[in-house]
Amino acid sequence: MMEAMFIYLATVCVVCAVLTVTLRQPVYNVLSLLTLFFHVAGLYVLLNAEFLAVVQIIVYAGAILVLYLFVLMLLNVRTQSRHLHRQWPFAVLILGAVGAMLVGALHSGVWGSASGESTAAAIHEIGDTQAIGLRLYTDYLLPFEVASLVLLVAMIGAIVLTKKSLIDDHIDQIKE
Amino acid sequence: MEIGWMVITALLQITVVLITVLLTVAYMTYAERKVLSFMQDRLGPMEVGPYGLLQPIADGLKLFFKEDIIPAGANKIIFSIAPIICLIPALIGFAVIPYTEGFTLFGMQGGVIADLNVGLLYIFAFAGVGAYGVILGGWASNSKYALLGGLRSAAQIISYELAMGFSIVGVLLLSGSLSLVSITQAQSGTWFGFIPQWNVFLQPVAFGAYVIAAVAETNRLPFDMPEAESELVAGFFTEYSGMRFAFFFLAEYGNMILVSCLASVLFLGGYNAPLPFLSFIPGFAWLALKTWALLFFFIWIRGTFPRVRFDQLMKFGWKVLIPVTLVNLLVTALGVYIYNN
Repeated sequence: MMEAMFIYLATVCVVCAVLTVTLRQPVYNVLSLLTLFFHVAGLYVLLNAEFLAVVQIIVYAGAILVLYLFVLMLLNVRTQSRHLHRQWPFAVLILGAVGAMLVGALHSGVWGSASGESTAAAIHEIGDTQAIGLRLYTDYLLPFEVASLVLLVAMIGAIVLTKKSLIDDHIDQIKE
Repeated sequence: MEIGWMVITALLQITVVLITVLLTVAYMTYAERKVLSFMQDRLGPMEVGPYGLLQPIADGLKLFFKEDIIPAGANKIIFSIAPIICLIPALIGFAVIPYTEGFTLFGMQGGVIADLNVGLLYIFAFAGVGAYGVILGGWASNSKYALLGGLRSAAQIISYELAMGFSIVGVLLLSGSLSLVSITQAQSGTWFGFIPQWNVFLQPVAFGAYVIAAVAETNRLPFDMPEAESELVAGFFTEYSGMRFAFFFLAEYGNMILVSCLASVLFLGGYNAPLPFLSFIPGFAWLALKTWALLFFFIWIRGTFPRVRFDQLMKFGWKVLIPVTLVNLLVTALGVYIYNN
């Protein structure tokens, strides 16, 4: 049962990922990316990580992708006549090589099976929300705070960029 | 065998909850027309059935038999799926609302369709997805009014979802769980024997912010920018007719009932009776009563307030509501920390 679900979710993930970069209509690209996000959330549910699954949908589907769609519609992006980049054979070559390496690594046994203490069963035992919270605010507190600082800087940067004219006016006033 | 009973109890509960929700939608439209009429010194629907009681059923039948029109130049596929994308999230959220005290049916737990340990976030996740139906519907209609309505709606939903999210974090801190069943159970009992232990008494600011954000989230007056009829005809569903229009309509009212149910569960004690001696009345009746009180509030403010301007709406959301909820969150966190030590 679990395996059948995994195969379904994984297959749809791969198909949607390919469609995201190959479809011509930009809105269809966004929609296939949306489907992809939902199926990735499904994979998290299979691993007893409901919290991650729901956050995946809230953050990626509910916030980021809506903004993509928003921008697409505001800009009214036209479908490009030239669909594939002219260097595509080169890209396929590199991606093929990386893919082969990944498949090889998976088969070599290093990542062959799930390792570490946080197995799906262990997470089910503590509760997945609690597990993430404990890890994040004890072992990974510093990286967590650094990440929030980086995001804050990005927010301030966005404000500075969009309000550039206002700031320039202000500087002019000071000079006078 | 075990799985068989599980499926049967789940299906039974889903059927009962869905029928209740759809009937509530139908009679919410009736109640809205009636209450607005009384507020405006009119009688409202009186023709179909006694006091117009069968009006919602007549309206439903009418929508069902209406011609389905797809405008020229519309994107047919997306035009068709947009109402469905809108409707599903509105209905799917009811799965995690505990509608009555836990009971056992065929050896299975009842009282809620699915007691997810992230129930609250689950509702929020799907509320965000509902925005896609609105934006895509507006875009696929190939109409300027619809497109503008859809874009407005996207901006509005994203802005107010943030305030809504922040306003409930205080409740989460108090009950220490994301499961709506645990949150409800934490609100049973009273303080000093006469004040019910509801979160609204500990989180009045959050409750106010939640209700305002909920009105904005469901695109209701005074925040009904996406469908402002005097400027955008009908907003994102201008080009829709027949069943597809009915889907959008159902989604809007379903969402209203969902946010009201959620407010009852988070702040008003859910199915808990306010005082112990009133607990002979079953839990679902209390939940229904609280939800209807909030739904009446929705109609009431519709009949009272004029529509705000779009820039006022955005300013209010970002510069008033979010800072207020953030301060509330800080105070609550401090309070919980001091109380626990």
